[in-house]
Amino acid sequence: VGGPESPGVVTVASRLGGFMRSGGVAVPLVTALVAFVAGGLVVLATGSNPLSTYKAIFEGTGLNWLLPWTSSDDRIIAAQNLQQTLLLTTPLILVGLAVAVAFRAGLFNIGGQGQYIVGSIAAVTVASQIHGLPGGVLMVLAILAAMAAGAAWGALAGWLRARTGANEVISTIMLNYCALWFGVYLFGLGGPLQNGEQRSVPVSDTIADGARLPVFWGEAELQGLHVGIFLALLAAGACWLLLNRSVAGYEIKAVGYNPEAAEYGGIKAGRQQVRAMAICGLLAGMGGAMDLLGWQFKLATNDIQTSQVGFYGIAVALLGRNTALGTVVAALLFGALLNGTSQRNLDPSVFEPALASNLTLIIQGLIVLLVSAPVIATWLLGLRRRLVRAT
Amino acid sequence: VSARHRAYAAYALAAVALYLVLPPITVRTPIPSILLSAGAVVAGVGATRRGERRLGWAGVGFGVVAAVLAVVFTRSGVGNLERVFVWSALAAAMLRYATPLLFAALGGVISERAGVVNIGLEGMMLAGAFFGAWGADIGGGWVAGLVIGAVAGGVFAAVHAFFAVTLKADHIVSGMAINFLALGVTGYLFVKIYGDQGTPDGLPQVPDVHLPVGWIPFLGDAVEQLNLLVWLALALCGLVAVYLFRTALGLRHRSVGENPLAADTAGISVTRTRYTAVIVSGMLAALGGAFLSIGFVHSFNQGMTAGRGFIALAAVIFGRWNPGGALAAALLFGFSSALAQRLPEFSPPTATLFQALPYLLTLIAVAGLVGRSRPPAADGIPYERH
Repeated sequence: VGGPESPGVVTVASRLGGFMRSGGVAVPLVTALVAFVAGGLVVLATGSNPLSTYKAIFEGTGLNWLLPWTSSDDRIIAAQNLQQTLLLTTPLILVGLAVAVAFRAGLFNIGGQGQYIVGSIAAVTVASQIHGLPGGVLMVLAILAAMAAGAAWGALAGWLRARTGANEVISTIMLNYCALWFGVYLFGLGGPLQNGEQRSVPVSDTIADGARLPVFWGEAELQGLHVGIFLALLAAGACWLLLNRSVAGYEIKAVGYNPEAAEYGGIKAGRQQVRAMAICGLLAGMGGAMDLLGWQFKLATNDIQTSQVGFYGIAVALLGRNTALGTVVAALLFGALLNGTSQRNLDPSVFEPALASNLTLIIQGLIVLLVSAPVIATWLLGLRRRLVRAT
Repeated sequence: VSARHRAYAAYALAAVALYLVLPPITVRTPIPSILLSAGAVVAGVGATRRGERRLGWAGVGFGVVAAVLAVVFTRSGVGNLERVFVWSALAAAMLRYATPLLFAALGGVISERAGVVNIGLEGMMLAGAFFGAWGADIGGGWVAGLVIGAVAGGVFAAVHAFFAVTLKADHIVSGMAINFLALGVTGYLFVKIYGDQGTPDGLPQVPDVHLPVGWIPFLGDAVEQLNLLVWLALALCGLVAVYLFRTALGLRHRSVGENPLAADTAGISVTRTRYTAVIVSGMLAALGGAFLSIGFVHSFNQGMTAGRGFIALAAVIFGRWNPGGALAAALLFGFSSALAQRLPEFSPPTATLFQALPYLLTLIAVAGLVGRSRPPAADGIPYERH
């Protein structure tokens, strides 16, 4: 037996089965809606108009670019906003997948943040410290290094779980903090990889120009949209294949639903847990590389300490029902929300951005809360039954 | 000599090896310590050979760490060592850092002994930190702060209980939701109420207790002046231990966590017990948070608990779901924080790395000892009445 799983253990995946299986798209949609309405009530209770707040947030997302009635002047600004939204969506897809795959293996990966950080650290180190390579090669090397670093970080939690039974929730949270302080140490004042020219700024060296991910929409100088979004979508496709069309995915899911039965069927549960966590780390680490090579280009210790992207991955995955496609859609929602509430895009005369970013956290918490129990699904089911009876 | 005794001998040898090179003895050559560490490694290997694999390997690990640290310490100046290793100050700081952990860990013990995993401790702690500061501010005193903070923690805990007990949600997912919610709600209210200014400077503080024990060597310096809440946490630790293991109510409480069906059959309300336990646990965690904001750092910052709730949860596991064990674990984590805090006097970049020490230690503790400790049988499993 791989790990000291107690007999008859019920995993997170099996317990969330109700949410995962029932109700199609309706349940996540209503879940998000309820969370937004509740968030609106918070806005209302604190003396602001929720409708104009949400409208301002929506306009900041750039999603109005998709609306046919947006005027051509607005469209220019909307395009820039949409580029930023998709820029934020890219890592969210990847960290969301990192949580989703773990969920399928019956594990709750809260370590997306740490795996993302080690990915960024690996990417910036490779792309700024290795000289004399063609830009494209360096870029690929940096991405691969980030994926490897993330995978190692994730696999460590999986291995601890399989080998010693250490709860992955606690171990991944602790690994998050270890990654954070390791990064702050590396690039902080006097740290071994701190910027060689600016000795008083806690930041890494800037990556080689050639290693940047190419921008395909908007101006590169204005932080246009880089090709990372396609790599993220590709990763989502690969996850779909993995989970739905591969033996490895079958084994991971089998362990997720019932580790004991999987063991009985000849699947080594522990090995699958390590494998699943390695895949998760790989995805989240890749997310770190996308941000770093796409628009950050260097890593400040402050970025490491304030980044929350990995935690949003949890809500993204849960709202997306831990499927690849659902994760992509939920990532877009959260990318839009984060961009719409940012300092840069939200009009402070309508609603203060510092408040709005906390509103995003509240909405995120409500979504996770509503997903934790099949409340919405049960409610919708009852509603449908009543409607059917009435007609 | 049994395998276990060999492992304990390894720990002792490693400890002595470290003790020699630190003040007040401060041996300036690493050789005796290295010899002792080698002895620790031999004893550890002996323990693994005789069946105590986990304890034995831990002994080997301690031996190696002690040898490395002995070399590091003997190479650094005596002055530096004496500045960092002021034992009485370290002990006082350890108690201060351990206090919020102890409050939350006691909450965790109470909740998990009733069968509800409370990973929302972090959020409830944060709620206590914010509402404690706010309550002290508007209520005009630290008592109001503690009461309002505890109530806020209880409210968040009640939400967790509603989802985990009544709706039979997954405890871990629901608890994580509480953490996000608390982060958002406290951040939102903090920005709304205090804006850029932050909490006011004159925030009422929980007072320190002055004991006339300064004349006792070492111990006197450490406990002479500690916050009231430090003592409250220690007292509550004893109280919870007595309640859980020496009273009929405590027996019922534990039975709900071990075998809810049997408890239900015996006429104990599983639902009521679990609700009470979770709410009390939230209030305790909130007191720990309030200690942070109005007992320790004198202000509130967004997300200021910085994972302490999770460390407390690890302390619950490390302490094997016992209040005494939780205290020992909280002291251990508190000591590592206290040490990390004093190391900047040594070398700033390395000190940054040492900020990770409490988290690393938690990781090692959970990984190294969780296999040996058994949670309450029904911990984390929603109770379904058939």
